[in-house]
Amino acid sequence: MFGLDISRIRTVARTDLKQLKQAKDFWVPMTLLGSFFFVVIPTILLVTITSIGEIGVVDQISDTLDVLPAAAQTQIPETTDSGAPVSDAGRTAYALAVFLFAPVAVIVPLTISTAVGAATIVGERERGTGEFLAHSPAGVREIYLGKLIASLIPGYITTVVGFGLYSLIVNLVVGPEVGGWFFPTFQWWVMIVWVLPPFLAICLSLVLRLSAKVRSTAAAQQASGLVSLPLIMIAYSQSTGVLFGAGYLPFVLGAVAWGAALFFLARGVRSVTRSRLLGVAAGI
Amino acid sequence: MESTTASPELIVDVQNVHRSFGDVHALNDLTIKVPKGSISVLLGPNGAGKTTAIRMITGALGPDVGTARVFGLDPVSNDGEEVRRRCGVVSAKPSLYDRLSGWDNLRYSAELYGLGRGGNADVAIREAAAKFAIEHALDQEVGGYSTGMKTRLALSRAILHDPELLLLDEPTSGLDPESAVAVLELIRNMTGEGRTVLMCTHLLLEAEGLADEVVIMQHGTSLEWGTPADLADRYLPEKRIHIATTLPEHLASLQGMPGVDSFDVADTNAVVEVKSLDAVPDIINRLVAAGALITSVTPFVPNLEDIYFAVRRDKGSSADELPPPAAPTARPSRSRVAEMAR
Repeated sequence: MFGLDISRIRTVARTDLKQLKQAKDFWVPMTLLGSFFFVVIPTILLVTITSIGEIGVVDQISDTLDVLPAAAQTQIPETTDSGAPVSDAGRTAYALAVFLFAPVAVIVPLTISTAVGAATIVGERERGTGEFLAHSPAGVREIYLGKLIASLIPGYITTVVGFGLYSLIVNLVVGPEVGGWFFPTFQWWVMIVWVLPPFLAICLSLVLRLSAKVRSTAAAQQASGLVSLPLIMIAYSQSTGVLFGAGYLPFVLGAVAWGAALFFLARGVRSVTRSRLLGVAAGI
Repeated sequence: MESTTASPELIVDVQNVHRSFGDVHALNDLTIKVPKGSISVLLGPNGAGKTTAIRMITGALGPDVGTARVFGLDPVSNDGEEVRRRCGVVSAKPSLYDRLSGWDNLRYSAELYGLGRGGNADVAIREAAAKFAIEHALDQEVGGYSTGMKTRLALSRAILHDPELLLLDEPTSGLDPESAVAVLELIRNMTGEGRTVLMCTHLLLEAEGLADEVVIMQHGTSLEWGTPADLADRYLPEKRIHIATTLPEHLASLQGMPGVDSFDVADTNAVVEVKSLDAVPDIINRLVAAGALITSVTPFVPNLEDIYFAVRRDKGSSADELPPPAAPTARPSRSRVAEMAR
């Protein structure tokens, strides 16, 4: 397809992922990061809100629900399916579960994928394995795409697994308060499936370009941090808009982000050259 | 520079290649011709451009000026993939993935070179590893390998896909003498299996036992190339013998002897430059007649080191780049050194 050998792309990606699997010093902290954002913080917050009852703190938080956009406020249930009123604690927990944790779904995958992607090409050069790839029959586009996939998968898998765990926690803790399991909401599905992936791809296309061009992994990670931070902020703001239920806009934003992602990926392919794998390109 | 190699088929034909990295001229009018089925050795000091030449041959780097043809194909064009698939490369550093097992390193290569997974690929992996006696360690992580094991694995990886051309960049670097001899032996066997080998080294003794052809490089330029015997004839045409006697005064009778151009006596030894080795029997007879008790007569056959420095001197290397010319001493012939390496 497009002059690409798919099996080679798969091979490069699989080998990179296998190395990542062997690198406990990488995936243990990343797993902890994912657990912290997807499990620990939500559990503590939601359990606290739902178990402390009708006291002043909950009242104060529930008052803040009034400042949410109208589209968001209409999503918060007033009554259960059986017609029983939802308590302030239940409504507050619902709002927190649905609206507060949008950054979780953005920060974790972008952080993990950025960390993987930053080291992927410069790492080959530093270890001397770039020489092997440069002499191999694999095309540079195949190498680039393999590495892109290998960088994307850990972040996205973390999101999917974390999202599953988060959904379970929300349903178990908040569900009884609002009359049953309700999560993920439609807006969360839109965010996870439509809005987040292109931002992940844009971020990675930039990070891989950096990884191909800088001298060391440390430099790649620092530069990648600078690139990914504004992207995280943009992705966060877009995700929040999606969750607040901004009509058809999320679909348009997602489409624009996909377009931008394809553009950046196409440009990013050119960043991997054999001379860069060897570390002899100008500027390296 | 004239090539004295007449070969029916050239596997590598690099012509007048220039390649710069910024202000650094890594290759400067480099020409390399590698005949099919031969072991050709790129000889030169560090920084001579040997590694860059290998990279040029696989198309990992393109020339700024000049042409490179491998199997008759241009490695930097769309034919590059085919060229690289038909080459096996061992780079100066083994270029292995430390976090993967030996098996996974070989499998990665098998897949990239189109052998696929499982079945025939697994058989090829086992055979390649067995050839370099590393099959027992395939389950271990490469990070725990010794330098010798890594080199053996890198060599196994290079031959895994049965390449027609092997490009070896300092393949014995970091190896103990026993392992180095074993690796050189295996490299020699490669040509017996119909492969062509191009090897870089700065270890002259290593090349001595292996090289069918040598290319002497300096500052990115090929100074000279040919077979060692051919280069010896061209750059060290003088015929010398080393004679040892029991008493030094007998050697004085060499003076004015027919066939003797010059001689140099040190203690009971003389290095005699002769017009032709045909004169040696007469010289021995004259010395015996003069009462000399001769303990040894050894013809001086220049080794690769002599040839290498003779070429570099002839091509104008500055004195501080080269050692002072060594006085010729008795040494085994080149064929003998080759025999020892085998």
